[in-house]
Amino acid sequence: MEKNKIDTSFEQCMKCTVCTVYCPVVAVNPNYPGPKQAGPDGERYRLKNPLFYDEALDLCLNCKRCEVACPSNVKIGDIIQSARLKYGNNKPKLRDYILANTDIMGSLATTMAPVVNFTLGLKPVKAVMDGVLAVDHHRTFPKYAGQKFETWFKRHALKKQEAYERKVSYFHGCYANYNHPKLAKDFVKIMNAIGYGVNLLEKEKCCGVALISNGFKDQATRQAELNLGSIRKAVARGEKVLTTSSTCTFTMRDEYEHILGLHNEDVRDSINLATKFIYELVDAGQVKLVFKDDYTRRIAYHTPCHMEKLGWAIYSTSMLKMIPGVDFVMLDSQCCGIAGTYGFKKEHYNDSQKIGQNLFRQIHDYAVDMVATDCETCKWQIEMSAGVTVENPISIIADALDVEATIKANRK
Amino acid sequence: MKFDTIIIGGGLAGLTAGIDLSRKGQRCLIVSSGQSALHFFSGSLELCSLDEDPFKAISSLGEDHPYTKIGYDNIIRYSEAVQPWFKEVGIDFVGEHGKNHWRITPLGGFKRAWLTLDEYANIPSDGTMPWKKVALLNIDGFLDFHTSYIAAGLAERGVETMVKGISMPELDRLRENPTEMRSTNIAKTFAGDLIGALAARINEYAKDVDAVLMPAVVGLTGSTDVHRLKEMVVRPLHFLPTLPPSVPGIRIQMMLKNRFQKLGGTYMLGDSVVSGEFENGRLKSICTNNHGAVKFEADNFILATGNFFSKGLTSTVDGVREPIFGLDVDSLEVRAEWYRRNMFEAQPYMNFGVSTDGCLRAMKDRKPVENLYAAGSVLSGCNSLKEGSGAGVAIISALHVSESILKK
Ligand SMILES: Cc1cc2nc3c(=O)[nH]c(=O)nc-3n(C[C@H](O)[C@H](O)[C@H](O)COP(=O)(O)OP(=O)(O)OC[C@H]3O[C@@H](n4cnc5c(N)ncnc54)[C@H](O)[C@@H]3O)c2cc1C
Ligand code: SF4
Ligand code: SF4
Repeated sequence: MEKNKIDTSFEQCMKCTVCTVYCPVVAVNPNYPGPKQAGPDGERYRLKNPLFYDEALDLCLNCKRCEVACPSNVKIGDIIQSARLKYGNNKPKLRDYILANTDIMGSLATTMAPVVNFTLGLKPVKAVMDGVLAVDHHRTFPKYAGQKFETWFKRHALKKQEAYERKVSYFHGCYANYNHPKLAKDFVKIMNAIGYGVNLLEKEKCCGVALISNGFKDQATRQAELNLGSIRKAVARGEKVLTTSSTCTFTMRDEYEHILGLHNEDVRDSINLATKFIYELVDAGQVKLVFKDDYTRRIAYHTPCHMEKLGWAIYSTSMLKMIPGVDFVMLDSQCCGIAGTYGFKKEHYNDSQKIGQNLFRQIHDYAVDMVATDCETCKWQIEMSAGVTVENPISIIADALDVEATIKANRK
Repeated sequence: MKFDTIIIGGGLAGLTAGIDLSRKGQRCLIVSSGQSALHFFSGSLELCSLDEDPFKAISSLGEDHPYTKIGYDNIIRYSEAVQPWFKEVGIDFVGEHGKNHWRITPLGGFKRAWLTLDEYANIPSDGTMPWKKVALLNIDGFLDFHTSYIAAGLAERGVETMVKGISMPELDRLRENPTEMRSTNIAKTFAGDLIGALAARINEYAKDVDAVLMPAVVGLTGSTDVHRLKEMVVRPLHFLPTLPPSVPGIRIQMMLKNRFQKLGGTYMLGDSVVSGEFENGRLKSICTNNHGAVKFEADNFILATGNFFSKGLTSTVDGVREPIFGLDVDSLEVRAEWYRRNMFEAQPYMNFGVSTDGCLRAMKDRKPVENLYAAGSVLSGCNSLKEGSGAGVAIISALHVSESILKK
């Protein structure tokens, strides 16, 4: 299954330094060598002698903004992440293990949610996390829900799905499962309203994004293979696999192949972001959405880095603009600084907040009721740092949707 | 997904058209693969440099030249709007509308230019040098700026130069790797709090001279730092172009893009248009790399994909091609005729480009596509290097195409 392909795109680098202009880490941390040096330049040396590996590569957020900017199509971010996995000898810490295993943490925490939420917020606990585990004490932790989405789905929604002829599969991801089941429920609500039943995948593990960035390649590969297996079965049933997270989507579509070296071409096009899928149906006139009259909000959209890389922000923003009561504002596309588990680490906390400064200021200046974004970690970062509610576009659409009228409009 | 106008390519031509159309109420999409010729910008816009009077030069061009197709009166009208147009975006150009001046090239030569950024050195059209003695500064370790050539060029015109290097400890980290000592990285460092310290270093050499000249390595994200620096330096401070990447070019690209987005335009960076669907002589929709099967539809389309340099044209064994739609291309059949031996002669391949009709509509199978216009350096019939017409053709053709679309 594994491909042994050496990425030679670094040879295309013409040393123009354009990538460096757009790297958010270079802007705040003089110790980071920057995308050109960490990526294509460094790769040349590392191939000669692995001793050239520089631990400062851990500072890379894997935001891929350098790749989007590079005129020569150098896979700068991929080169850096692959080098970290291959040469990085900073053994992952217990802390990294805990942060990376979002689903193990999730299943433990959900059963004890009230206790966990309480303890994670407690000063002494935070001090221990800070001192022993090096998780920065300024961080507010995402809350864990009392009931997993999967449990809710099996108890309350599964049966109803049989009534629908057309079906999609849903990759809910860790966040919607453990921390914010409302998002997943909102997704089911919209899909059902437009006449689609929802299936869960036969088996689902965390997409692995945090395992990759924390250096757990083997475990990431095992989980990726398990997910791809389940996705293949869904695709064989004729179903698209939808997600409500830009990062899970990006990881399964691109990082599985580029970083883990797995084959996913057969199902890649079937892995889709829910807003894109729904937008395309609406645009083609195949489904209709009817919105409530009394939903009015001023909403700003923040483009997560992986959404920028996918190039798909336009679907989520177009969906939001469809809601008549939404006064829409587009924020400049820039990194919020969290980059998954990066901003949770004590050694990165300051950089992380500095990177997000401009974004937080812009959100404040626009005086919006709410920020919309497709990434769960951006949500934590912006809620904590800009003090404004952040919702996934799917939740906003679900809240604004006149469900009865939409069901009626889509009944054949 | 539907727009009023879709523009392919986000360089000077694409952005000019996008801003103009959005300002007049159109819903526009720009798709751009990446970097444009602006990243190589010299600091000066060229309109037509074949004569001191750019308009006199324009009126003598052949009938296949885009300028001739656009028409003299239109060109006068559009060109008058260029300076105020940039000012509105926050970019200040100086120059006389009807008279080219001179700019100094990175290799110390003098070239005609129409409008030059106000922070750059420019020499009046009659060639009289504004200074007798200048301090010519470089940043120690910066290899993309050649003081010796420039000093020689100035000496030929009777200007005495005092060449000095300045160094600042803040650049030490960049110096460890010579390929990191590039204009953009230096400009990232020379910003904000460091401007005061930089001005102090410059002032050490500014006392007995008429002006200070230095490479354009300040002002990557905006012109505030440039203005602050100029105020703090005790003598007039002028920038000179560096070898690429161009700091002001990147700034202009970002500012134009921001302006377009503020006007409600959608800009998709890092994505390429790969194909189009034609129906009854019209382009109906396009598809891009990132969006797979999704079709982007529009009433009108503008092809602003640049020349060979930006892959708007490609050359294969079979000849020169326009790679997205396979549009008709004006070129020469025999490959040996593409180049002249003498590198300094006008190169025929520079004239190659997409064929258009009199309204700049692109030709496909010898017929104009009703709603597909071409603008900028993808157009055939002009040799921007020889004529010194690059930015002019980009801006003027973009404004013309935009006007044609709005008139429909
Ligand atoms: C190295 C260089 C330096 C120059 N310096 C000057 C100067 O200092 N002054 C001056 O007056 N003129 C200069 N010129 C002339 C230059 O051609 C014009 O100034 C002008 O910038 C050209 O703009 P454009 O928008 O037509 O093309 P470009 O700037 O080349 O832009 C084309 C854009 O289209 C994009 N693109 C291409 N194919 C696709 C696709 N399939 N899908 C999506 N996007 C695509 C490219 O990525 C690029 O961003 C220079 C030219 C070059 C090559
Ligand atoms: S932008 Fe691309 S080509 Fe330019 S230096 Fe970076 S990696 Fe190299
Ligand atoms: S992926 Fe992001 S953080 Fe890493 S080098 Fe590229 S731009 Fe910088």
